[in-house]
Amino acid sequence: MASVVEVVDVSKRFRLYHAKYDSLKERVIHFGRIPFDDFWALTDIDLEIAPGETLGLLGANGSGKSTLLKCIAGILQPTTGHIRTVGRLAALLELGAGFHPELTGRENVFLNASILGLSKREITRRFDEIVAFAELEAFIDNQVKYYSSGMYVRLGFAVAVNMEPDILLVDEVLAVGDESFQRKCLDRVRQFQRDGRTIVFVTHGADLVRQICDRAAVLDHGHMVELGLPGDAVRVYREHLLPGEAYAEEPGEGDVADAGPRRDARLRIASVALEHPGTGSRPYLLSGEPLSVRVRFEALERVDDVSFGIAIYDAAGKHLHGTNTRILDVPVAPVGPGPGEVCFAFDRIPFLDGTYLVTLGVTTADEGTVYDWREQQDSFEVMNPGRTFGLVELPVRVEVSGGG
Amino acid sequence: MRQRATESTRVITARPGLGQRLREIWRYRELVANLVRTELKVKYKNSALGFVWSMLNPALYLAVFYIVFQLVLGSGIPAFAIFLLSGLLVWNFFSTALSGATGSVVANSSLVKKVYFPREILALAAVGASLVHFFLQGIVLVVALLAFRYQVSPGYCLLIVPALLVLLLFTAALGILLASINVYVRDAQHLLELVLLAWFWMTPIVYQYRLVADKFTGRGWSTDLLLLNPITSIVLVFQRAIYNRVEAVNGETVIPILPADAGAGWYLRNLLIVGAISLVLGWFAMATFRRLEANFAEEL
Repeated sequence: MASVVEVVDVSKRFRLYHAKYDSLKERVIHFGRIPFDDFWALTDIDLEIAPGETLGLLGANGSGKSTLLKCIAGILQPTTGHIRTVGRLAALLELGAGFHPELTGRENVFLNASILGLSKREITRRFDEIVAFAELEAFIDNQVKYYSSGMYVRLGFAVAVNMEPDILLVDEVLAVGDESFQRKCLDRVRQFQRDGRTIVFVTHGADLVRQICDRAAVLDHGHMVELGLPGDAVRVYREHLLPGEAYAEEPGEGDVADAGPRRDARLRIASVALEHPGTGSRPYLLSGEPLSVRVRFEALERVDDVSFGIAIYDAAGKHLHGTNTRILDVPVAPVGPGPGEVCFAFDRIPFLDGTYLVTLGVTTADEGTVYDWREQQDSFEVMNPGRTFGLVELPVRVEVSGGG
Repeated sequence: MRQRATESTRVITARPGLGQRLREIWRYRELVANLVRTELKVKYKNSALGFVWSMLNPALYLAVFYIVFQLVLGSGIPAFAIFLLSGLLVWNFFSTALSGATGSVVANSSLVKKVYFPREILALAAVGASLVHFFLQGIVLVVALLAFRYQVSPGYCLLIVPALLVLLLFTAALGILLASINVYVRDAQHLLELVLLAWFWMTPIVYQYRLVADKFTGRGWSTDLLLLNPITSIVLVFQRAIYNRVEAVNGETVIPILPADAGAGWYLRNLLIVGAISLVLGWFAMATFRRLEANFAEEL
């Protein structure tokens, strides 16, 4: 399938002037002698994104990921190379960019949508939906300058997501707004994925990448150092965030692109079973009850270097717990050939109400090679029999003194 | 596979082609209309008289110039109000459009930094907003014509259409050029104010063309030199069509206003020349704009 976003050989140079000369006088005085440094924000980026794909852009601050997104959006032009996009493109770089404070919400919806490239007919058709999504029915005819910042952002997001783009570019906007709004944003992103739209988004949140991306790219000082599965990308990203340790994993290996984990199919996870005291009688466990995660695996031949890992996430994708046999210093004898089983037994699950997702991985001890990876396919439900609220059950004693 | 909202392909490079750029602008034409509407709405929001101000402006101009030129200086042009308005209409459009367009990219920097659209649109919207004012002020002129039962030249009025088109083209071209330059050299805006002031007095609006042209002829200079000012060519068409007098008689004196021996062909020729200049200027402006645009988001 032809790609919808094609980034070919793109580099972007910024001129960093040591002083900014905006006036004619200053320009004339310093003509041709304005000191500057060249700064390459992007270097030789090649990237193809298939229709319906969700791509995450990971990178530390200043790595060039936002610059790349702005180039794809057309806000910045690459110094060399070109970018081709097919279909309507919407960029959520700043919600409500282009709102005019003097205009009413209604007028701004029309203005903003046409800035994003929608025709009046299309806007009219979607107007009610936009207002409903923003939950601003009562205020839509008020001037935007009287809006709270939350209302402002909601309206901006509503306009952007309701313009039904083929390609959606998102820059960290999911980080703004309250929790319910964030959830709403995330729901929208998921719906976009189901609709088969293409999404590119920039984030620091490695968990978010794992959660919703098909692929991810990692940028480091303007270079693309990784383009691959989310899990691999997150690993490379974490390495690059740790200065000095970046390439320490494979000393002597010059090629950065090869630094990603290798795949090894000799060992795979056959089945996973979650057991708790209520297994068979109720579909949930109670807060504080034990949980066993039984992983049956199948080794094609004898495998010497093995580490089993587990991670638990909440429904919003927050990483709650993660460990593996190497971290726990549990010796794992060479396995296979043939079937085997590893069991992670938690004495008590302290979570309160909610659904929790489990990720399981089998890797080498240094995590350089992945045998098998089962990303959030298993889940368990927890019910809180008491009245305590929050996320975890913490045993607590209360003492009251004084007062007399 | 779902249907795409649009099959259009966009290529982003350091230098997009002119044709591609014009197509993009055309695709965003509704945005021009919306920006114009916004500008007008915002301009008169919370003002009691609103759009009346647009019409009041030429009316007050008229009063001032009438007092200065007719009563104080005694230029003696009959129906001076009609004469002045027919030229002033053109000038008001040109000067407001040009100042608006020049500052447009800088004024909308928050948009330019966050959203993609062809940035020329901003300059075009400023021109568009001035065009609305032009028509509002045109109403003042029409009312004046009806009130005085003034006889315009129906034949020459046809020339107003191409004259307006040429004026639009020239203004848009210059506006786009200055808008991009102003991002880098903010002085452009301030310099323009002075240039416009000088330009106004170099254009036969409050005085008649022949006042200067006859002096040129007297010294043996070509009057074509006067037409180097493109706005003159356009103002003359408006004056010929609306004021409709080549010479005006005031008592015993005959006041020459417009070229005596010039027919419609002369006016049309002038328009074509300005049109051709505008096309070249437009091409140059678009090229410059595209060149400078690459760093807009960084410069703002």
